[in-house]
Amino acid sequence: MSLRTPISKVRGQGSAGSGTHHFWMQRVTAVALIPLVIWFLYALLSHMGGSRDEVIAWVSQPIVAVAFVLLLGAGLYHLKLGLQVVIEDYVHGEGMKLVSQLAVTLVTAAVGVASVFAVLKIAL
Amino acid sequence: MAEFRLPKNSRVKKGKAFKAPKGATNTKTISVYRWDPDDGENPRMDSYEVDLDSCGPMVLDALIKIKNEMDSTLTFRRSCREGVCGSCAMNIDGKNGLACTTGLDETKGDIGVNPLPHMEIIKDLVPDMTNFYAQYASIEPWLKTKSVAPPDSERLQSHEDRAKLDGLYECILCACCSTSCPSYWWNEDRYLGPAVLLQAYRWLVDSRDEYAGERLDQLEDPFRLYRCHTIMNCAQACPKGLNPAKAIAEVKKMMVERQG
Repeated sequence: MSLRTPISKVRGQGSAGSGTHHFWMQRVTAVALIPLVIWFLYALLSHMGGSRDEVIAWVSQPIVAVAFVLLLGAGLYHLKLGLQVVIEDYVHGEGMKLVSQLAVTLVTAAVGVASVFAVLKIAL
Repeated sequence: MAEFRLPKNSRVKKGKAFKAPKGATNTKTISVYRWDPDDGENPRMDSYEVDLDSCGPMVLDALIKIKNEMDSTLTFRRSCREGVCGSCAMNIDGKNGLACTTGLDETKGDIGVNPLPHMEIIKDLVPDMTNFYAQYASIEPWLKTKSVAPPDSERLQSHEDRAKLDGLYECILCACCSTSCPSYWWNEDRYLGPAVLLQAYRWLVDSRDEYAGERLDQLEDPFRLYRCHTIMNCAQACPKGLNPAKAIAEVKKMMVERQG
């Protein structure tokens, strides 16, 4: 049984002083992803059945490569922000929470760097 | 982690069945969540066959009739019986609402009555509201000012500014909205919940209040405010027709606006 007062539990460690940046960046990346995902799906469909050389030539165009990097950046950042919220919602053990947040941050960062590197390697 | 199954001693069993008195022709079965902290038993659903011909039209009328005539051990909160006090908030047929303003005829067939979801239960339909009230107190729901009060008059407010409080001041703190919110279920220790955030906004938009900045600072937190994922159960549940989700969105808007 806890002898702490209810108000002491609610006040807890106080306000973290952040949250709005996360909220705002989630919206910014979401807005950016609307045209990028539509473009990506359109591109994917129009290159169905194309040869490897054709696709590589297509990705090598500067505008396409830039759009790809933007898509990967916005998409993975959005993924990271979203998964962070899921973990905060459902994972309550402090240890497990720390490990999952670390894993999400590191994996999305690694996937991001690797995929941007792959696009640049084709384009440059 | 979130629990998807109730702990063993919380699983609800089938309970007793109370039959309607002889000669009753127009009956409705109401099954009610029962749990007694003193007997060490699991919770159970008791069912009561209520004679509608000698019962008022609302769910609360049926509960009072059950307590008066069928089973005096049934425990629930009620006071005003007209949707003003918020005491009889409970989960009626899967939807949070006030027993006094929910008609027995709103559901065809049997009615299931449970306490507000995901709250600790004191007995039967009575949830422990301590945390909810402490959260309400934590937002300091009163007028806070830097300026000295006018010596010979009230603090004045224009009609337009007063109108901004419509849809906010009517809240009766019944907790129907907060206890319908999955974010509140999973994080009720840190997330303030729709009812309290609606009240926070009520003071943020009050033209006479001078502490909006400090109030926003208190809410600037991933849990206190930003657990709201616009699920909108709150707006669906509110028995007064208010929209806590919109109030929370307005608070988030204020947060973004003050950043630049």
